[in-house]
Amino acid sequence: MSAISGTGYNYAYLDEQTKRMIRRAILKAVAIPGYQVPFGSREMPLPYGWGTGGIQVTAALIGPDDVLKVIDQGSDDTTNAVSIRRFFARTANVATTERTREATLIQTRHRIPETPLAPGQILVYQVPIPEPLRWLEPRETETRTMHALREYGLMHTRLYEDIARHGRIATSYDYPVVVNGRYLMRPSPIPKFDNPKMHMSPALQIFGAGREKRIYAVPPHTRVESLDFEDHPFEVQKWNESCALCGAHDTFLDEIVMDDRGGRMHVCSDTDHCTTRQARASAAETLEARA
Amino acid sequence: MYVAVKGGETAILNSWKRLAEARRGDPAVPEIALDQIRCQLGLAVDRVMCEGSLYDPELAALAIKQAQGDLVEAIFLLRAYRTTLPRIAASKPLETSRMRLERRISATFKDLPGGQILGPTYDYTQRLLDFTLAAEGETPRLAPAECNTSMPTPRVVGLLDHEGLIEPEYVPDGDPEPGDLTREPLEFPASRPVRLQNLARADEGFLLGLAYSSQRGYANTHPFAGEIRYGSVAVEIVPEELGFAIEIGEIAVTECEMVNQFKGTGAVPPQFTRGYGLTFGYCERKAMAVALVDRSLRAAELDETVSAPAQQEEFVLYHSDNVEASGFVQHLKLPHYVDFQSELELVRTLRAERARERAA
Repeated sequence: MSAISGTGYNYAYLDEQTKRMIRRAILKAVAIPGYQVPFGSREMPLPYGWGTGGIQVTAALIGPDDVLKVIDQGSDDTTNAVSIRRFFARTANVATTERTREATLIQTRHRIPETPLAPGQILVYQVPIPEPLRWLEPRETETRTMHALREYGLMHTRLYEDIARHGRIATSYDYPVVVNGRYLMRPSPIPKFDNPKMHMSPALQIFGAGREKRIYAVPPHTRVESLDFEDHPFEVQKWNESCALCGAHDTFLDEIVMDDRGGRMHVCSDTDHCTTRQARASAAETLEARA
Repeated sequence: MYVAVKGGETAILNSWKRLAEARRGDPAVPEIALDQIRCQLGLAVDRVMCEGSLYDPELAALAIKQAQGDLVEAIFLLRAYRTTLPRIAASKPLETSRMRLERRISATFKDLPGGQILGPTYDYTQRLLDFTLAAEGETPRLAPAECNTSMPTPRVVGLLDHEGLIEPEYVPDGDPEPGDLTREPLEFPASRPVRLQNLARADEGFLLGLAYSSQRGYANTHPFAGEIRYGSVAVEIVPEELGFAIEIGEIAVTECEMVNQFKGTGAVPPQFTRGYGLTFGYCERKAMAVALVDRSLRAAELDETVSAPAQQEEFVLYHSDNVEASGFVQHLKLPHYVDFQSELELVRTLRAERARERAA
């Protein structure tokens, strides 16, 4: 693809050789679900830790016919999401959307959309630390061996220690999963509320860690199981409240501080899902009023 | 109220404008020019070129101006530009023994062929604020030096080599191309060329701290500054269509060779070992720190106990890069509402359970 006139940069910023290298890493990642593939991560014009892995994956996949959605914390309008969406609108001249259903490519930080994903869609995760065993074993040489030997006892022990100390597993986000019955994988810091959405998803899920130079993937219709014990089954967060804006009671809620006297309001973290529900409700009201 | 949670494109654009304004500062003060930065803040330019891995004083000066003098930010700007550049050729190894010297000192020999050259250095100054600089006093120019730089200046450490007192330096079988950290991910164990590449790009402050720790007993390398030299050296490439080397220009580099004690092993008699550091530009403190850390990282290879941070390859190489470190530390400024909400809910649940247990 030719350079975009005026910007001095190639289509979607990265040169075609680099994109090819990243695509090869993605293909390997898809072929070995959950395995972390090292890749020659480039220095991007955005800081490490701010989505450089996700951006490189998106840049390698995106084409002029794609429709891109970017979310951070479930919202399309947080600073980081705005900045990344602008980056691709500028360098890849691509259509953007806030609608989950309309997007062919969704780049996300810390959430999976509430609206179920469809076949053909690709979800790109920004990953800070790809290695699920990192906080148990800091040496990369050791953790790679542990994966090769499927030696995950350390993680089970840690979860067991949680239960012994707290009576429950005290991990609420970035909750470890096993992909396709083989590799232990870090789902990136999504709340464990989102973990079940990864299981047998019809969409392709790709994880990019720029600073750590790793790519991994969950192909469509792949088993993704959250670690648990028979007597302590995995469960997701529940709220007593429902969304103050759309009334949803089955979504992940953000708590908004209203005042300094303990006043709180709960709203959906997924802004597209919430506004779509609000629009639908107000349309229904209008219809009712007409009838 | 809920709007407060949102970033907003307008807010970001306004922040860009505020940044430009803050960078310019008081418009009554003349704007700083790139050649002023390049010529008068040369050591800042050198550091940015070295850690930015791009030898271009003009662009480094631009980066420093754009970053308001924040050198880590300037390094980041230069790196993000560098990553888009095509690779035209790989140079031949630099011949630093043929360096046009500005400075050359050895702490191991009182005199040596080619002599010691102090050059421009803060080493022998008294650190008293010079108020004539505040009064914009011009420094008288020196007459061109009559130094003996035309004499051959063999590398000091090589002098030890003749006696077999220092470990020989050999080219590995087949003289393989060194790895390229900016094109391939770091993998362990890393080769020495890759380690040195990482250290050349590494944050000066981080390396300085590590090198210092190795002198204070967290690892012990018994170092002597065998030789430090700073000057210009020719860069040569061999274009495929020509088949012979041509000089494409000169770059300024600082080279440091440390000589370290080594007790020997069953197979190897006691001898000195080497630590090596090379930087773009005049970065003497950094070159010395690189040489000390390089030697520390050779602990495993030399059968020494690996116990201190400066000896741990993964620890050093994974945390040395200030563009990576700065990005990840500062990413904590990004919203973490969702993770925090999850933790909030968890801590409340755990506290409620604790309270119930107490009551029971």
